[in-house]
Amino acid sequence: MKIPENLKYTEQHEWVRIEGDTAVVGITDYAQRELGDVVYVELPSVGDEAKAATPFGVVEAVKTVSDLFSPVSGEIAAVNEALSTDAGIVNKSPYEDGWMIKIKMSDTSELGSLLGPQDYEKLVGKEL
Amino acid sequence: MDELKRKTHGEPQGEGPRLEAEPLLSELHSQGHGSFVAPALDVPAVRAEDAIPSHLLRKESQGLPELSEPEVVRHFTRLSSMNYHVDKGMYPLGSCTMKYNPKLNEEVASWPGFAGLHPLSPLVGAQGALELMCLLDEALRAVTGMSQFCLHPAAGAHGELAGMMMVAAYHRDKKNEKDTVIIPDSAHGTNPASVNLAGYRVAEVKSGKNGCVSAESLRQVADERTAALMLTNPNTLGLFEEEVLELAEVLHGLDGLMYLDGANLNALLGVAKPADMGFDVVHINLHKTFSTPHGGGGPGSGPLGVNEKLRPFLPVPRVEKEGTRFVLRDHEPKSIGRIHSFYGNFAVMVKAYAYILSLGGEGLEAVSRESTLNANYLKALLAPHFELPYDRPCMHEFVLSGSRQKEAGVRTLDVAKRLLDYGFHAPTVYFPLIVDEALMIEPTETETKRELDRFAEAMQAIAEEARKTPEVVKLAPVATPVGRLDEGKAARELRLKW
Repeated sequence: MKIPENLKYTEQHEWVRIEGDTAVVGITDYAQRELGDVVYVELPSVGDEAKAATPFGVVEAVKTVSDLFSPVSGEIAAVNEALSTDAGIVNKSPYEDGWMIKIKMSDTSELGSLLGPQDYEKLVGKEL
Repeated sequence: MDELKRKTHGEPQGEGPRLEAEPLLSELHSQGHGSFVAPALDVPAVRAEDAIPSHLLRKESQGLPELSEPEVVRHFTRLSSMNYHVDKGMYPLGSCTMKYNPKLNEEVASWPGFAGLHPLSPLVGAQGALELMCLLDEALRAVTGMSQFCLHPAAGAHGELAGMMMVAAYHRDKKNEKDTVIIPDSAHGTNPASVNLAGYRVAEVKSGKNGCVSAESLRQVADERTAALMLTNPNTLGLFEEEVLELAEVLHGLDGLMYLDGANLNALLGVAKPADMGFDVVHINLHKTFSTPHGGGGPGSGPLGVNEKLRPFLPVPRVEKEGTRFVLRDHEPKSIGRIHSFYGNFAVMVKAYAYILSLGGEGLEAVSRESTLNANYLKALLAPHFELPYDRPCMHEFVLSGSRQKEAGVRTLDVAKRLLDYGFHAPTVYFPLIVDEALMIEPTETETKRELDRFAEAMQAIAEEARKTPEVVKLAPVATPVGRLDEGKAARELRLKW
């Protein structure tokens, strides 16, 4: 199970990559394994508002349907259109091609409350 | 095929020859093989072109397959023999109560007086049917303690939606400002869907370490805006909600209502009544608890029972007795209206009532006691081999976790698929969501000790395979007509046709 060192994480298994004032968001390798085959991803539209710890979308897998939680607040700057035709990318490449949204952050101090890779590893270790 | 047929329950069936895929009827077609001959024309012949506008006429043959009668019969018989059903073996699908459906029920429902009755028949010719509905209502009141039932909902989720619409009608009538319905994290997925459709927001209350909802945690979520608590009891972990009376007190203190998802009523018959637990509205499933067929073979029936508080809001038409005659009442000012065409799935009601009459009160109580005993027996047999996250006496079902097998790389889905090779239907998997790698097992009262032992032996053998030869489990099933299907493909590559 991969937990890249350069990312931040939420307790609901989203990852965040910081690119300047933009946060790229997706779900972790652990999350995609637990969900199983992802069949549909519902994402917001560019320009929508994102609020920290609030659902921004839905991921539907064979097993279950789960809310996707925004790690930070801001405005949706981009969504990964490729997922609308092939949601399976989330399983194949959760940290790269399977990214979901980019948020133009309004409050970078929120990043402080996210988990680092070691803390996230502890969290999923507990769940395993 | 012969070799496969000889193999029995309780042994892995190994990599035997797979049944050959059954061809489609169009593939079996051969020109001139059709066995239908139209009778001689006894009216004047009319050319199609003279009777039907040309733009509506088919330009070429539809290409229907031509087959002889025995070919068609054998095709469908071969297909039906590949199917798995409760007449073939145990079906431990948790929360679905896949009990045996006594054949007597089918016989009674097929009596011409019931089966041949037209829904538009004048009431004078339908008195027996109306009386049966009244008697079934009476029996369900006796089981649940509720004041009146509406028999119209065609399934559990339909009952939930109608129930939630009644909750909304109640609060509108009292001018209560409510917008939220509370649901535990162990609830059936239909619950939040019904709540949303009825216009409410869902708030979640977490189950405690003992698997139940505590009054303390409910108090943290409930407030003046709470319209109802939607609870399943016993819950989806197969555990009785021990604080149900306190939960009802919290809700009623806020003029909120208690809704029971009665999917698990099989554990309560003749033992405990939902009305005594403080429930104001309850749906039950005739196709689960009262032994009518379901699971693709439906149709279902999800009667909705209420106490006096909600009685004015029940759907119409309502069957009532006036002197010696049965009548239908349509004009009830506070009713939520019609929720189904005519009166619901009537044949299902006949089967359920036949079941209730043939068992009687004592028989129904025995159903619940034996289904509970069966579940606890099976739980004890399986507990050494699988993780048991809530290790307490259960009601009619219990939930195991495949977390131990997961460490060896074998997932619950693999265990479920391997069970098919042992000749059993798989239990419910990955539900409830609060249990990792969940396996939800409900044997029902209709399985014998011998059958329960055979199921336990199969599960034990699979647990051992998961330790010693995990790849065997991961490749399962190998003895079924088709192997492991790509479960994501159908959802990812939709081909909708209608």
